[in-house]
Amino acid sequence: MPMPYYVSPEQMMQDKAEYAKKGIAKGRSIIAIEYVNGILLVAENPSASLYKISEIYDSIAFAGAGKYSEFENLRKAGIRHADLKGFMYSREDVTARSLANGYSQSLGTIFSQEQKPLEVEILVVQVGHNGHANEMYRISFDGSIIDERTFAVIGGKSEAVQALLKEKGLTQPPELREALSLCIASLEQIGSQKLSLESLEVAVLDRTREGRRFRRLSPADTKPLLSI
Amino acid sequence: MKLPFLPNHDDPSFFDFLTQHHPALTPAGRSGFLSPQAGTEPMRGAGPMTVPHATTVLAIKYQQGVVIAGDRRATEGFQIAERRIEKVFKIDDYSAMAIAGAAGPCIEMAKLFQVELEHYEKIEGVQLSCEGKANKLGQMVKANLPMVFQGLVVMPLYVGYDVKRAEGRIFKYDLAGGRYEESDYHAIGSGGKDARNTMREHFLRGLAEPDALKLALLALYNAADDDVGTGGPDLVRGIYPTAKIVNERGITDVPEQQIRSIYDGLIATRRSKEN
Repeated sequence: MPMPYYVSPEQMMQDKAEYAKKGIAKGRSIIAIEYVNGILLVAENPSASLYKISEIYDSIAFAGAGKYSEFENLRKAGIRHADLKGFMYSREDVTARSLANGYSQSLGTIFSQEQKPLEVEILVVQVGHNGHANEMYRISFDGSIIDERTFAVIGGKSEAVQALLKEKGLTQPPELREALSLCIASLEQIGSQKLSLESLEVAVLDRTREGRRFRRLSPADTKPLLSI
Repeated sequence: MKLPFLPNHDDPSFFDFLTQHHPALTPAGRSGFLSPQAGTEPMRGAGPMTVPHATTVLAIKYQQGVVIAGDRRATEGFQIAERRIEKVFKIDDYSAMAIAGAAGPCIEMAKLFQVELEHYEKIEGVQLSCEGKANKLGQMVKANLPMVFQGLVVMPLYVGYDVKRAEGRIFKYDLAGGRYEESDYHAIGSGGKDARNTMREHFLRGLAEPDALKLALLALYNAADDDVGTGGPDLVRGIYPTAKIVNERGITDVPEQQIRSIYDGLIATRRSKEN
């Protein structure tokens, strides 16, 4: 019987992490940023039908970077988790925190137990209302979870975008138009090319809305916002 | 891909997910009712079970859409169980459902149907077609069949605005989940027959919105006149039937003030006939 060859756990984890990071680095960045009335999500996405940003529940949104099929699966599982919880208890009991924890546990387990880790990085954001603060969670391929303030960035070159946004030193949440142009400017600067509105996927969680607060903004919606 | 902490499952139906993974949460899934041994034994000693029942809801098509309305009474045998029960539910942006039958399971089904459609929309990124929504509700009624034998009947009346055809549509159901489309108007519940008689007399194709609303409220009034299970306008407590309008612009609740003034007119006419 041939002997299985030995790889140290450190080496294995390191290889997996490298593999996952490589996959994610190929993708483009997605930004979530707080604005006066909620949270704005902007992704560079040339596809008009395959979304990277999506509604999960009344005031919760999801964004995924990396391998589409993998974060799409995570997105669906999240919707199922949220809908089940809301149906079983009450709509207000569905929280981004519990969802982010579920994702973190799942990603962590898959990272340590499966042959191939998921090549994804995801964002779970919840807009706060009635005086509650917004919540933004960034979850990595290995299940590590970070809660962010003001803004959060995932995907390839996310660190560079983050550094750019940090430079702006936002102290107050900006207006929607201001937040949007800030996001576009940051993405353009990192990619060093002009971005058309058609190649952007834009959505908001708007706390002034009743019930379902997620809304996708089409190029026709974003154009007037940027035309001043 | 199976996610360890967020159980995965691939089709876009929330109802199927619940039936498979959490059967106790479906309206038909109250354990004890489903299995014959557990279901019949304790019931025998307990005597006939009485649960609140909701009655008389109706829908009328008009030029641009559909009016859907219902009274507010729930009865438990010969007792009034509830005077302010809501029997007309907004389901999504373009559809509403009214219920007759055992109040608890009915409301539960409406809530589940709501989640079902929202779930589908979120997973698939598009809304179900009007026909698709109506069929889905039929499957849910069918799944409730075991409960019917326990006396927990759920009878929905479903109306939707079909965006593709640009018209309002009315669907009725039978206990086995059969789905039938009505071309003009329909009413269900214990006073349904009385309401249908009124509508048959006065219905015209292409009614204007205010006329359709008036007819709906008149039909409910006549049903309440002849059927003990149906509540008329309660002038002392100020409880009036509720109505919603489903059209191209979505769903709007008819304001109580408007319903009240229509009833004031109606009652004045009736009174003048009596004197």
